[in-house]
Amino acid sequence: MILGKVIGTVWSTKKDENLVGAKFLIVQELNLDYSPKKNTVVAVDSVGAGVGEVVLVAQGSSARQTILTKNKPIDAVIMAIVDKLDISVKDKIEKVVEN
Amino acid sequence: MQLGKVIGTIWATRKYETLTGKKMQLVQPINSSEEEIGSPIIAIDTIGAGPGEIIYYITASEAVIPLNVEMAPVDASIVGIVDSLYSEQ
Repeated sequence: MILGKVIGTVWSTKKDENLVGAKFLIVQELNLDYSPKKNTVVAVDSVGAGVGEVVLVAQGSSARQTILTKNKPIDAVIMAIVDKLDISVKDKIEKVVEN
Repeated sequence: MQLGKVIGTIWATRKYETLTGKKMQLVQPINSSEEEIGSPIIAIDTIGAGPGEIIYYITASEAVIPLNVEMAPVDASIVGIVDSLYSEQ
């Protein structure tokens, strides 16, 4: 899974019929210190996330492993809303601060 | 399977329902010389690994198998803790 922040919503009327009713959010990938990466991904929401929240996104065929996305043409799903990151390996913390 | 090092834990109260009670760890992928490769990922921990431990993890839809649930949106799972590693490179 990757760490990301919800930065927007996608609306579309003309889409694959299996996608009707799904909520699409734009997720910007984050580093461990919450600084943004350049990549964004459009993901289906399965947990009720909103704009501004830090979330986890599962990608690939695993994204179809929810009731909402089963057998649908979907390759990214938001599956958790992050409360807190605990980074406990020392060298990693220093590295994050450097970045 | 890939090698990785556990570097931290993620706390998430709101998650997909079949993941309730599952622990999520931050994993830095490494090579056999313990050098870091690429950026960290988040994996479900099914075996109780702790911070600083070298582990191996599986990715893609196979990652759901060790969770013993029918469906779960998981694309990485820790499946073993490395005791020792011998590599000629």
